[in-house]
Amino acid sequence: MSAQLIELIGKGLWETVLMTGVSGALSFAFGLPLGLVLVTTDRGGIYENLALNRILGAVVNGLRSLPFVILLVAVIPLTRLLVGSAIGMAAAIVPLTIAATPYFARIAEVSLREVDAALIDAARAMGASRLQIIREVLIPESLPGLVSGFTVTIVTLIGASAMAGAVGSGGLGDIAIRYGYQRFETATMLAVVAVLIALVCSIQWIGDRLVTRLAHRG
Amino acid sequence: MILPAVTDALPAHPVPPLVAELRDVARRFGDRPALDGISLGLARGEIVGLIGRSGAGKSTLIRCLNGLDRPQAGRVIVAGQDITDLTEAQLQPLRRRVGMIFQHFNLLSSRTVAENVGLPLKIAGVPLARRRDRVAELLELVGLSDKAAAYPQRLSGGQKQRVGIARALATDPVLLLSDEATSALDPETTASILDLLQRLNRQLGLTILMITHEMEVVRRIAHRVAVLDAGRIVEQGDVARVLLAPRHAVTESLIRGLVPELPADLRAALVQPGQGTEPILQLDLVGDLARAPVLAWVQAATGQAPRLLHGGLSDVQGQPFGRLFLALGPVDQTRVQAVLARLRAETLDAKVVGHVRTTH
Ligand SMILES: Nc1ncnc2c1ncn2[C@@H]1O[C@H](COP(=O)(O)OP(=O)(O)OP(=O)(O)O)[C@@H](O)[C@H]1O
Ligand SMILES: [Mg+2]
Repeated sequence: MSAQLIELIGKGLWETVLMTGVSGALSFAFGLPLGLVLVTTDRGGIYENLALNRILGAVVNGLRSLPFVILLVAVIPLTRLLVGSAIGMAAAIVPLTIAATPYFARIAEVSLREVDAALIDAARAMGASRLQIIREVLIPESLPGLVSGFTVTIVTLIGASAMAGAVGSGGLGDIAIRYGYQRFETATMLAVVAVLIALVCSIQWIGDRLVTRLAHRG
Repeated sequence: MILPAVTDALPAHPVPPLVAELRDVARRFGDRPALDGISLGLARGEIVGLIGRSGAGKSTLIRCLNGLDRPQAGRVIVAGQDITDLTEAQLQPLRRRVGMIFQHFNLLSSRTVAENVGLPLKIAGVPLARRRDRVAELLELVGLSDKAAAYPQRLSGGQKQRVGIARALATDPVLLLSDEATSALDPETTASILDLLQRLNRQLGLTILMITHEMEVVRRIAHRVAVLDAGRIVEQGDVARVLLAPRHAVTESLIRGLVPELPADLRAALVQPGQGTEPILQLDLVGDLARAPVLAWVQAATGQAPRLLHGGLSDVQGQPFGRLFLALGPVDQTRVQAVLARLRAETLDAKVVGHVRTTH
């Protein structure tokens, strides 16, 4: 492998990590509250509000049913508004975040729902406020599920970020398209695939380790 | 061991003699009444057993006492405060004065034993250093100091319930609500948890409302019992009285096996009084009288030694209580009346339950 190729792939890897890292962090920051709202506003929830619950549920489902390539193009006006351009890494972060937020919100919702209602009762019986129930019970008790769900989200984001290579986002996907697909450089293509696999595997491994530690607890 | 007074962060209200009271409380789910005109008072320092079959409304009743459930009619008064119409936010300080333990413990799996016990204090805004001291005391009180750093998954059922009890006591409550706290435990562990609750009642003057479907639990530690059936209190009173003289069919079915009954073969052999028969006397014994020379009194009145057919002694709250069935021998009616008069003069409860043929 030439030094040039290594440099190329190194740069691509860094861009991929940055893109998925930033959009992952953003989708966690938006998706967790969204998941909490979906759970707590549902019937019997601590902030029961069925109208809000149905509307948010519909929005989340709508966004999730859009294929990513379509979303990528559809949000271009918004992307321009937010980052001033529709091309490049910063521009890719917008559609990636918009796709990953409802995805993680649904995963978070499932984990949060698994928290036994009896624990919420116990917290209420202690005199906990609703925010304290969320902070002291719902989130800590569902943390293993949230972490494993976030790992899945990140892995999915890596895949999607490669697709964003189609709009010149940079990153490993961009390299694969430009060198592997357009110039038939099979060696480059294979190297990119190998690095992607290694990246996904190591993220999954870190996520699994974290979940095991959180779930076993002592 | 003495626990220090109420933690400073919690306001110390004076507590009236009645720690909690339900006045004519009704609660429906749909059009099914779960509670139907319940009135019940809990005096300070008292352990009250609330017993009833599944679906009787026990959990609904207990949840009204800390506002987890709300009645549609009636008043709920806790620690001198009418809580019936309080908002969820207004109920929060009150709930710190009422501890609750559960059948399935309801511990947080993400927290250690010490963190579980300290959670009510954290919620009440008690600073970490004070929390640590208080948690150490509480764990010592329930005998789990060595498990402070363990996670609940590593504990046995009995240990988990001890954590639940320590957690419920963290904010120094005036009332402990126990919803089937021993129902998931084996008999030996049940006994140790009941002993712990009894000790807390005696040492701290803690008022306890114990829900159970086992009269055995009531017999062991309750001072008073209320029997709930289909949302109504069908009977309440002193535990020994209810055990020996139940007034309601539901009570009778719940106490079966705890008080000796005339064995089936003897019951089948009962005949009309007359020539060649002898009366069977049922004698209820409670408290100090259970240790009096009752058989000698009977013999003195009839002129012959009674024979013991069946019976047994047990205890309620450490006080003996029980029931004996005696065959009096072939004695005439005036002698029987003399026996009954003699026993009733000693305030013993006695009656003739039937006659059997004399065997000699
Ligand atoms: N949240 C609820 N929604 C609808 N019905 C309820 C609800 N909670 C209780 N009920 C009904 O109210 C009645 C009393 O229930 P409750 O849980 O108080 O009984 P219980 O005496 O505690 O029974 P168990 O011994 O089985 O725990 C039952 O018929 C039950 O089905
Ligand atoms: Mg119940």
